[in-house]
Amino acid sequence: MLVLENVHTHYGKIEALHGVSVEVNKGEIVSLIGANGAGKTTLLMTVCGNPQASSGRVILEGKDITHDATSNIMRSGIAIVPEGRRVFSGLTVEENLHMGGFFNTKAEIRKSQDHVYDLFPRLKERENQRAGTMSGGEQQMLAIGRALMSKPNMIILDEPSLGLAPIIIQQIFEIIGHLRDEGITVFLVEQNAHQALNLADRGYVLETGKIRLHDTGKNLLNNPEVREAYLGG
Amino acid sequence: MATHNLKHALFCAIVTVVIAYPILGLDLVAQGTQIGLEGATPTTIISIFLAAGIVFLFQLFRDNIMGNLGKLPKLNPLSGREPMPAEKRAKVEAWVLTAIIVLALFWPFVVSRGSVDLATLVLIYIMLALGLNVVVGLAGLLDLGYVAFYAVGAYTFALLYQYFGFTFWMALPVGALLAATFGMVLGFPVLRLRGDYLAIVTLGFGEIIRILLNNWTAVTGGPNGIGGIPDPTLFGMEFGRRVKGEGNTSFHETFGIAYSGEHKVIFLYLIALVLAVITALVIRRLMRMPVGRAWEALREDEIAARSLGLSRTAVKLSAFTIGAFFAGFAGTVFASKQGFISPESFVFLESAIILAIVVLGGMGSQIGVILAAIAVTILPELAREFSDFRMLVFGAAMVLMMVWRPQGLMPMRRIPISLKRQE
Ligand SMILES: Nc1ncnc2c1ncn2[C@@H]1O[C@H](COP(=O)(O)OP(=O)(O)OP(=O)(O)O)[C@@H](O)[C@H]1O
Ligand SMILES: [Mg+2]
Repeated sequence: MLVLENVHTHYGKIEALHGVSVEVNKGEIVSLIGANGAGKTTLLMTVCGNPQASSGRVILEGKDITHDATSNIMRSGIAIVPEGRRVFSGLTVEENLHMGGFFNTKAEIRKSQDHVYDLFPRLKERENQRAGTMSGGEQQMLAIGRALMSKPNMIILDEPSLGLAPIIIQQIFEIIGHLRDEGITVFLVEQNAHQALNLADRGYVLETGKIRLHDTGKNLLNNPEVREAYLGG
Repeated sequence: MATHNLKHALFCAIVTVVIAYPILGLDLVAQGTQIGLEGATPTTIISIFLAAGIVFLFQLFRDNIMGNLGKLPKLNPLSGREPMPAEKRAKVEAWVLTAIIVLALFWPFVVSRGSVDLATLVLIYIMLALGLNVVVGLAGLLDLGYVAFYAVGAYTFALLYQYFGFTFWMALPVGALLAATFGMVLGFPVLRLRGDYLAIVTLGFGEIIRILLNNWTAVTGGPNGIGGIPDPTLFGMEFGRRVKGEGNTSFHETFGIAYSGEHKVIFLYLIALVLAVITALVIRRLMRMPVGRAWEALREDEIAARSLGLSRTAVKLSAFTIGAFFAGFAGTVFASKQGFISPESFVFLESAIILAIVVLGGMGSQIGVILAAIAVTILPELAREFSDFRMLVFGAAMVLMMVWRPQGLMPMRRIPISLKRQE
């Protein structure tokens, strides 16, 4: 579904990714874990074409998108929940969701909106509240809901558990599992290694711009190196 | 009282003297063929020092004064009121607006010619400010060269008339479309820039257009401008005493009434009114359409908006182009109203005034912008005796507004949009 082949990404002269290869197959949950500054966000942004890879290839559903414009990539069945949620704080919950379905018809929007409200009843209750006044957990739900509005085949999440209480994190991970059951492919970036690997079919460990390890989620959880570095021994 | 307050106050007072003395105290006078410098009269010197004293006292007690100023809004009788529910407010707003428009339709027939002329100018500024409001207030792009598109509209009419004999009605769409095209072509390379950089580049662009008009003497007449721009006609009827255009008739003869110079002024006012109403309605409509949402989304969070597949360039360009379009509209009306245009009318100060209207009105709010346009255009006219101090008063008003009501006269209240469901 999504393949990165030996991708290098630069910010000006600084190279942030030094030849990364990652593969996400249809219907899988793939988790990518790594320390702060490892380049996780950079990797996701490279998939979205902002910044573009300076060498290597990014392939989405068999199509080379390495040099496509961000707006085109984001309209081809892929959606991202960006790091730090980034909801439109002045817009209401409902308007935020509608922005997510910007390129869909009204009927489609209505259907996706109902679906999102089924997943997150809390959003339905807060339909007319301004997004900026909601709690962090609610905003994260909204960010995920907004990404789902375009009916993506694949969803990318950048640290959805950031700054949330354990009980909310639990809830969000349950939803992510549920999305996979609906047939949506999930690419999950997390610092919360334990839960991310537990949920994942496969996992990658990124260290300073390079893939260090890759294996099934279970194996990585039991890998002594991973336990040492990311699971607190 | 802390000593640093005293020091600061003393410093401000000295700055006041240093600035005010050469500006107010020294006079250039002609002595035969020479120019001489004359010192200040005692009264001027006394007032300068008086002013310095006031500045000193104000700075000394600044915290107290500003504190009290902050309490001012509480005097507002409406402040304790419950906000109206959204639907009711929308209805009231619609009624008020309709009433204002109806009043505005009949108003020119009972007031003096000068007032109607001024009102036309107000309407032109309303069009300009509503257009700039799209760019600055809704899309969040700081454009300091907006006057360039106004100039394009005005010069399009003037030149098309001069070289091809275009009438007002033929030039109106052409001027607006040409201004929009300029907006698009020039917006394309600069819209990648953000914030301050965009402001500087647009500022430069505004100046380039003005300098071009000033120096391309062969075509534009340079600083001499272009005169004799015709008034609009009504179905081929002219409003002048004598018919100028071929195949036209004259308004007063057709209707068998006595000629009056007022007809023309009132007619132009009515055109400006209709165009201003159209501008307001079209922009209101756009705000509720997906493109309006896209402007807001991009202003709120560019990265999030792009992550949803919105093209940054397309969204910004649409705002820039639509803003420029209405400036072109306003420019055509302006050219027709003045009958004469020159680059003088399109200096940076105009951009600044239009921007001030948008900021004073409360970014994004249409009623606020309209009120601010009226205030900014009419107040200086009412206070003609103080015309020397116009910019001073203007600056002071801006500072006061920023302290007292930084969100503008009527901050934008968004109309939440939800899908109607058939349940
Ligand atoms: N816009 C940018 N310009 C320059 N360097 C950047 C930029 N964004 C990220 N970097 C650098 O690239 C490297 C990788 O950053 P990235 O944000 O991808 O890390 P991350 O793994 O997502 O970290 P975190 O877990 O803290 O979010 C860092 O060294 C960072 O300083
Ligand atoms: Mg990150």
